[in-house]
Amino acid sequence: MTFELVAALTIFILAVLVGFEVISKVPATLHTPLMSGANSIHGIVLVGSMLIAATANEPLSQLIAFVAVIFAAMNVVGGYVVTDRMLQMFKRRPAAVPTPAETGQEAGGEG
Amino acid sequence: MDLGPLQTLIHFAYVFAAALFVVGLHMMNSPVSARRGNLISAFGMAVAVVVTAVQLIVLGSPVTERVEGLAWPIIIAGTAIGGGLGWYSARKVKMTAMPQLVSIFNAVGGGAAGLIAIEDYWTAVQTGHADVWPSLFVVAGSILGAVAFSGSVIATGKLQGFISGAPIMFPGHRLLTAALALVAVGGTVALILGALGVINVAGLELVILAAIVLAALAFGVTMVMPIGGADMPVVISLLNSGTGLAAAFAGLVLLNPVLIIAGALVGASGAILTKLMADAMNRSVLNVMLGGFGGGAAGGAAAGGATGNVREVAVDDVAIQLAYAQKVIIVPGYGLAVAQAQHAVRELAELLEQRGVEVSYAIHPVAGRMPGHMNVLLAEANVPYQQLREMEEVNPEFARTDVALVIGANDVTNPAARSNPQSPIYGMPILDVDAARSIVVIKRSMAAGYAGIDNELFLDPKTGMFFADARQGLTDLVASVKLL
Repeated sequence: MTFELVAALTIFILAVLVGFEVISKVPATLHTPLMSGANSIHGIVLVGSMLIAATANEPLSQLIAFVAVIFAAMNVVGGYVVTDRMLQMFKRRPAAVPTPAETGQEAGGEG
Repeated sequence: MDLGPLQTLIHFAYVFAAALFVVGLHMMNSPVSARRGNLISAFGMAVAVVVTAVQLIVLGSPVTERVEGLAWPIIIAGTAIGGGLGWYSARKVKMTAMPQLVSIFNAVGGGAAGLIAIEDYWTAVQTGHADVWPSLFVVAGSILGAVAFSGSVIATGKLQGFISGAPIMFPGHRLLTAALALVAVGGTVALILGALGVINVAGLELVILAAIVLAALAFGVTMVMPIGGADMPVVISLLNSGTGLAAAFAGLVLLNPVLIIAGALVGASGAILTKLMADAMNRSVLNVMLGGFGGGAAGGAAAGGATGNVREVAVDDVAIQLAYAQKVIIVPGYGLAVAQAQHAVRELAELLEQRGVEVSYAIHPVAGRMPGHMNVLLAEANVPYQQLREMEEVNPEFARTDVALVIGANDVTNPAARSNPQSPIYGMPILDVDAARSIVVIKRSMAAGYAGIDNELFLDPKTGMFFADARQGLTDLVASVKLL
């Protein structure tokens, strides 16, 4: 094994441990957004797709790279946007909400 | 090996991006910081992509130190097309269809990871560098990527209704699944032995890899098919974790720190999240993956057994009951999500509130199509957040509730989970709907719920069954309450 690979595997193992620890006691309400958020992070394959595009020098390789870039970009952009849309729904918290005022304004606007 | 100053800078910029993913993901543990966490993670992604672009522009590919002619058109056009598709679908999708979309995004992510692995292996074979470790990582990456791709496509089909949500199995199903796994593992062993020089696979590497990938694709299909629609969130979460690992393996081949860290992070946190989701349903992940839940014996017994005394109520009776109640708790479930009845329910609740009725919603942790999905659906329909009550908080209140209105929920209200140790759902936390003074259940038929067992709540003398599609039933109720 080369030194680079040993170092890379070390990083990999430590990152797995971080991944196990980074999620804890999540309320069930957040399970879906959290899954979607993690889903966007593996859109990092866009970086890998760009790197294979850089070395693709024959038609089939280029096709593979092209499809990989499309897929990965869709994963990244769509993932973050849809996660943000889900989380927007949580912006009103029970304690901090001036909802009566908001609804009052809405009612006023209609009147 | 000495890295130049720019190379060093690029490396640490990658590490910075990876750190942003860790911080962002951690902030998503709490509703207060979740949205900011997602933005921080998105910023990390932007950093990683820009750094890669700088690397390619200034230094070229880390492997060949140059950039092939078509690379930029491929990257720019591909990003524009994929990004556009992702942006459009994420903005336009109805909130009810969101779980399917997450599954699609997981499918394409897994597909991309698999394609990277295939391309890497091909390059390695052509240049004669298909050594043991890289071979192992690319094969593992292509298997995980292919399974995540086809499995997520099937999961999407089940959630969207293209494929029946019921568990689908055929004779010899498990045998075929096992055989496919064997092909993938056998092919991997052959490639590794070839790389070690134990056996000679020269010229056959790509054929073997193709066989492995095809077997993995088919395995994804046969793995997800026997799993019921309501378990899809757990499956998607597991496949999500697999895509993360595939990305990490791609990173180990390309020796790219951000791919390794981000991929490993998603792989591990996705595994934990999968367990949390299964726990919320009082199931084990293995139990979910073995599939076929509620089919067979339990389903047959239910079909014969649900013939107790059911009291059917008409829409006008329900309307009067609700309009003259002091306190109503609405229990929305899977059926409400499927019928997209969240706007209709909000309209009914507002009407009742105008009449002075106290209305709140009891949200079971696994209500809807995914954990937390019901909160999102109701929030989208502008239901005030403070009316949504979590199970532990709302359960004591049922005793002083006049009407509990159960809409398309079944197993999460079944008292058997508390009282009958023989029941398959015994021990699952449920909403204490049976404590309410009266209960109205909107349901299409007496059919058993997802677990395939009878719900004695429906036979309770206090319960009135209002047989209707959730949306149609609620629309009729709204019209009826307006006339009072």
